[in-house]
Amino acid sequence: MGAEFTRHVKRNLVAYIALLPMAAVVIFAYLGTLAWSVRLSFSSSKLLPRNDFVGIAQYLTLFDTPRWLTSLGNLVIIAFFFLLICFVLGTLLAIFIDQNVRAESLFRTVFLYPYAMSFVVAGLVWQWILNPEFGIQQTMRSFGFSGFVLDWVVNPRMVLYAIILATVWHGSGLVMALLLAGLRGIDGEIWKATRIDGIPTWRVYLQVILPMLRPMIITSLVLLSISIIKMYDVVVAMTNGGPGTASEVPAKFIMDNLFERANIGLATAASTVMLITVMFIMAPVLYFQYFRKSGSSS
Amino acid sequence: MGMMQMVAVSAIALAAATGLAKAEEPLNAEVIHWWTSGGESAAIKVFADAFNAAGGKWVDNAVAGGSAARSAAINRIIGGDPSTAALFNTSRQYHEIIGEGLLNDIDAVAAKNSWDKVLPAPIAKAVKVDGKYYAAPVNIHMPLWIWYSTAALNKAGIDKPPETMEQFVADLDKLKAAGITPLALGGQRWQENSLFSAMLTNVGGAKLWKSVYGDKDEAAIRSPEFRKVVETFVSLKPYVDQSSPGRNWNDTTAMLIKDQAGFQVMGDWAKGEFKQAKKEIGKDYGCIPGLRPDSPYVLGGDVFVFPKTDNAEQVKAQHLLVEIMTSPEVQVKFNNLKGSIPIRSDVDVSSLDACAQLGMKIMADPTRQVPDASQMMEESMYGSVQDIVTELWNTPMTVDQAIDRFDKALKG
Repeated sequence: MGAEFTRHVKRNLVAYIALLPMAAVVIFAYLGTLAWSVRLSFSSSKLLPRNDFVGIAQYLTLFDTPRWLTSLGNLVIIAFFFLLICFVLGTLLAIFIDQNVRAESLFRTVFLYPYAMSFVVAGLVWQWILNPEFGIQQTMRSFGFSGFVLDWVVNPRMVLYAIILATVWHGSGLVMALLLAGLRGIDGEIWKATRIDGIPTWRVYLQVILPMLRPMIITSLVLLSISIIKMYDVVVAMTNGGPGTASEVPAKFIMDNLFERANIGLATAASTVMLITVMFIMAPVLYFQYFRKSGSSS
Repeated sequence: MGMMQMVAVSAIALAAATGLAKAEEPLNAEVIHWWTSGGESAAIKVFADAFNAAGGKWVDNAVAGGSAARSAAINRIIGGDPSTAALFNTSRQYHEIIGEGLLNDIDAVAAKNSWDKVLPAPIAKAVKVDGKYYAAPVNIHMPLWIWYSTAALNKAGIDKPPETMEQFVADLDKLKAAGITPLALGGQRWQENSLFSAMLTNVGGAKLWKSVYGDKDEAAIRSPEFRKVVETFVSLKPYVDQSSPGRNWNDTTAMLIKDQAGFQVMGDWAKGEFKQAKKEIGKDYGCIPGLRPDSPYVLGGDVFVFPKTDNAEQVKAQHLLVEIMTSPEVQVKFNNLKGSIPIRSDVDVSSLDACAQLGMKIMADPTRQVPDASQMMEESMYGSVQDIVTELWNTPMTVDQAIDRFDKALKG
């Protein structure tokens, strides 16, 4: 065992040396800064980092801040609808394109195009579309439908759905592209076999094809979840958290406290909470992806 | 003999001039600021030109956006490579870096120009820490002017601008009846906060302003006067148009320029928008400083701070900058372009516009000078206060809930 290990190291020595700079970057730049911000969340830092220790005072303040609680609640609503709609829509689009439709490449481009746009642009576009003064509402009214109302971005009760709409428009193309790649990799023989058995197409998709696409599905869900957690630019561009605090999200809370409100302690406490949340969500995914697979193969 | 004398004099002058040029390279001064819009960059060019004319070399480092520019300045200070000067608001934004000993004091220049006498008390208090001046104030912005469109008021049958809160509310009703948006408000946190502050100064008065935001006195927060302020603020909701949320302040001012709205509460920087649209004070639009005879004049504005350095040349450049920026002539020229008023009372006001002259007149009375809210609390606390105001405006929060939350936020 020991000898084998030494042999292994000797053989790959050059490779390990080549990896050292990258490892150093990861350890110091990523893990180091991460540890530093967790450390700061236990300090009383305001504008400048301080080295004192105040225990969990910042966390207590954080969970006593109505705006933070609103942000968390909003994130849950956005995450639920965004994941669900994006995934269902993306899958249906992929299946649709997989039917060998005419002008497939045109459709593919059209559906994937929003993803190529930055969130800021997407947010601004949707802000204009939904703005009651220059958007759809005004257009419809000028056509004579004087009672037409579409005021999502200025209505505190609907503003979250306006943001979900914009992000779904932005993100479902990605799901489509990933799943389409998966669908193209399905062996034609499987389709022939199911046809001989006379299974309806929708059942084949639901019970045979989709389970085979599990890696693609997990990848797209992970990518979508990450974009939810770090959601900031689209909110800033569309509503800047308003009206009131109706569309605040945690990432914006963190940025505002870091840069505008000179409150590093509270901002790092909030980002630590987000980090823990992400780890809780990612842990089972990573477990199933890596550990179970290697366990079953040995 | 006369000839000889002249030659000698010119020889000496020449020698002196070349000697000077050799000994003194131009004083480099790198200045970080966020004044990037048309009027703002014209204003800061006044400083740059005056500094260059006095033998300096202005190195402009404009960063778009106030908080981005301040972050850049602070990061440079912490990183040990500070700029010569950096722009901040007249507030507590820079008090922590003073506490850490990261700024040079400018007491020498302040004493020479007797700042203790010429500066209004709240401004002096904002830039003087532990008995030393650490920042050079360059302007006074009053953030709570009430602007009106003359044409809109006329259309609603209002012949003269309101002077009391009752008249103001009556005028809002008349405007509404005439089908004009009575109150132009951009539904962004800070603009909603300006409207609330205007209610606190005009309904509550200077004393309440100082005891609530300054002393954070619980009795004042729970007083009937403060309750009335909150109630008045909430009662203004129906006077605002539906598209208000998220609108920028300048788009909101444009509603007055186009005579689509009656009033707007906004700082004196709004004048720039009117001027650009070729509107005239008194004819097309007007400014109301307050809705009570003793309405307080809130002193906001901007200051330059001077990061710590031992480099003698840099310290010299810093002192020259302070000297230039606060000199009476430069002050008048700069503030005319910036829309604000000079920081000192001993200047020639005749070239200022009508609103600025009115401001100077009010400010001459020290009992009406009050500090901006950002000078009386830390940014994080002021942020929490603004969160309450924006929620109060946009949700059905009750007055009692609001008062409880004000009390809690101001306890810190």
